[in-house]
Amino acid sequence: MSEYQPVLLPNIPDLHRIDVYEQHGGYGRIRAALGMTPEQIIDVVKVSGLRGRGGAAFPTGLKWSFMPKSTDKPKYLCVNGDESEPGSFKDRQIFEFNPHLMIEGTLIAGYALGITAAYIYIRGEYEAWVQMVEKALADAYERAYVGDRMKERFGTDFSCDIYVHRGAGAYICGEESSLMNSIEGIRPYPRVKPPFPAQHGLWGCPTTINNVETISCVPHILEKGGEWYASIGAQSHPGPILYGISGHVNKPGVYELPTGMLLTELIYDVAGGVPGNKKIKLVIPGGSSMPPLRGEQLEGVRMDSDSLKAAGSAIGTAGIIVMDEDTNLTRILTRITHFYKVESCGQCTPCREGTGWMLKVLHRLEHGQGRSEDLDLLHSVACNIDGNTVCALGEAAAWPVKFTIERFRTELEEELAVAAGLRSVSIPT
Amino acid sequence: MFSEEELQKVQEIRSHYPTNLAAVMGVLHIAQDKWGYISEETIRYVAGVLDIPEENVLGVVTFYEMYHQHPVGKYTLHVCTNVSCMLCGSDMVLKTIADKIGCGIGEMTEDGLFSVHEAECLGACGGAPMMSVNKTYHEHLTPEKINAILDELKAKG
Repeated sequence: MSEYQPVLLPNIPDLHRIDVYEQHGGYGRIRAALGMTPEQIIDVVKVSGLRGRGGAAFPTGLKWSFMPKSTDKPKYLCVNGDESEPGSFKDRQIFEFNPHLMIEGTLIAGYALGITAAYIYIRGEYEAWVQMVEKALADAYERAYVGDRMKERFGTDFSCDIYVHRGAGAYICGEESSLMNSIEGIRPYPRVKPPFPAQHGLWGCPTTINNVETISCVPHILEKGGEWYASIGAQSHPGPILYGISGHVNKPGVYELPTGMLLTELIYDVAGGVPGNKKIKLVIPGGSSMPPLRGEQLEGVRMDSDSLKAAGSAIGTAGIIVMDEDTNLTRILTRITHFYKVESCGQCTPCREGTGWMLKVLHRLEHGQGRSEDLDLLHSVACNIDGNTVCALGEAAAWPVKFTIERFRTELEEELAVAAGLRSVSIPT
Repeated sequence: MFSEEELQKVQEIRSHYPTNLAAVMGVLHIAQDKWGYISEETIRYVAGVLDIPEENVLGVVTFYEMYHQHPVGKYTLHVCTNVSCMLCGSDMVLKTIADKIGCGIGEMTEDGLFSVHEAECLGACGGAPMMSVNKTYHEHLTPEKINAILDELKAKG
């Protein structure tokens, strides 16, 4: 761990400035990429084993290969920086400290996929960061790294435009088909798939959507090779990754380290452990929608998709939320469910109605009106949302409820009894 | 009415997309920056500027949290109460604000200077508890910090 040198967020002062970025090899990777064929680039990305950092960990090279090679329609790339999953706060670091890396990655992906234009979608609340990215983009345009003039600069036939699209506060827009509808200017309800974006995306044209962090890995993969990238971290899910650690830890923050780190090492060594040396009750490893793990279950669990799958969770956005032994789980679950109820777009009945019902039941549990059958009722509502909706927000809302009940039943029953005044003090768990 | 400069910005946004419809979010941001919120009149105006149906503009405005359909404070305090902030003391943030300016969630001071809003995760979990004041993020909040921020804004008016 100690010898790992960060590449996405290296310790280089003022790297967000284009001249500093150029001094450190910036925009040299797109030049090299333009000397390769698009197929060669996609092959390098395939060899690297890069998997999407936005939540689903889908192999990026494979995703790219779905784009049709010959089509008479324009092709588009969307860079997803909607970053709204509670516990995720990593893309903002790239916008602020290394925006040109993201822009260069977008150009390389753009060339490999033959796109006309790319849209960097940034959540509306990040207005200050939208301005930082727009500034970086304006500088890149001015130096002819982006846009029509790149043909002249690089002596190629390829050129593409990059635009920033600012959202306006809707979690659902992080879902790729909702994101495309948002860009199109219609109500951003997720689309039914198939057809998939590579066939029928923005304005019905072939489109690829990649997360900001995923795209930012691409220049380094081109420069140092697919094998280099594949050798970092977990073999089946390699590369540097931005861990966001928050909640009950002494040093919360974003840390760039290899994938496959031990969760305990991240919490205790990297993030400085739990305040007051308290025990951990619960950890959510990848943003609030991922199944929670019990504190005593963390030993040996590594932050990569295989290890977390074996432990009964998933890596999501690698946003780790730590909760100590005194945390009231009913209250947390109520808050998480409130989030998904507010953010449900309302298109599918199980999600729109189910999140509301779960919230009502959780409210009464929290306020001492709970009934003994409520946990089973909640579990059943969650199971009826899971898998029955157009997009994954259904699962995102159902999983925290479903898995917290399955894994923390004793604690929840205890909290229910205390809230109902049946017991005056909580028994330590 | 948009100024000449704002209309230029509209044209610039419009040039990013193959359709007029796609420019609607950007134009609504300009409108809200100018008028503070999106009124029915603004919806009609934006529809006219982009030559798109009013119902499309209305559909977009009503979907997103950030387009206000009513006047809000000059300074909008968005307090994140989601998981990480809750664990680190968002209750304290709301209480400190309420004690200082007498406003809870969904309320505005009589002079229209501040309005308080409950925010969903603002993507600053490492700086919990946090709030945003207009576009500025304030992280690792303590009662002292919050009071200082509010005092400064009050003085500025």
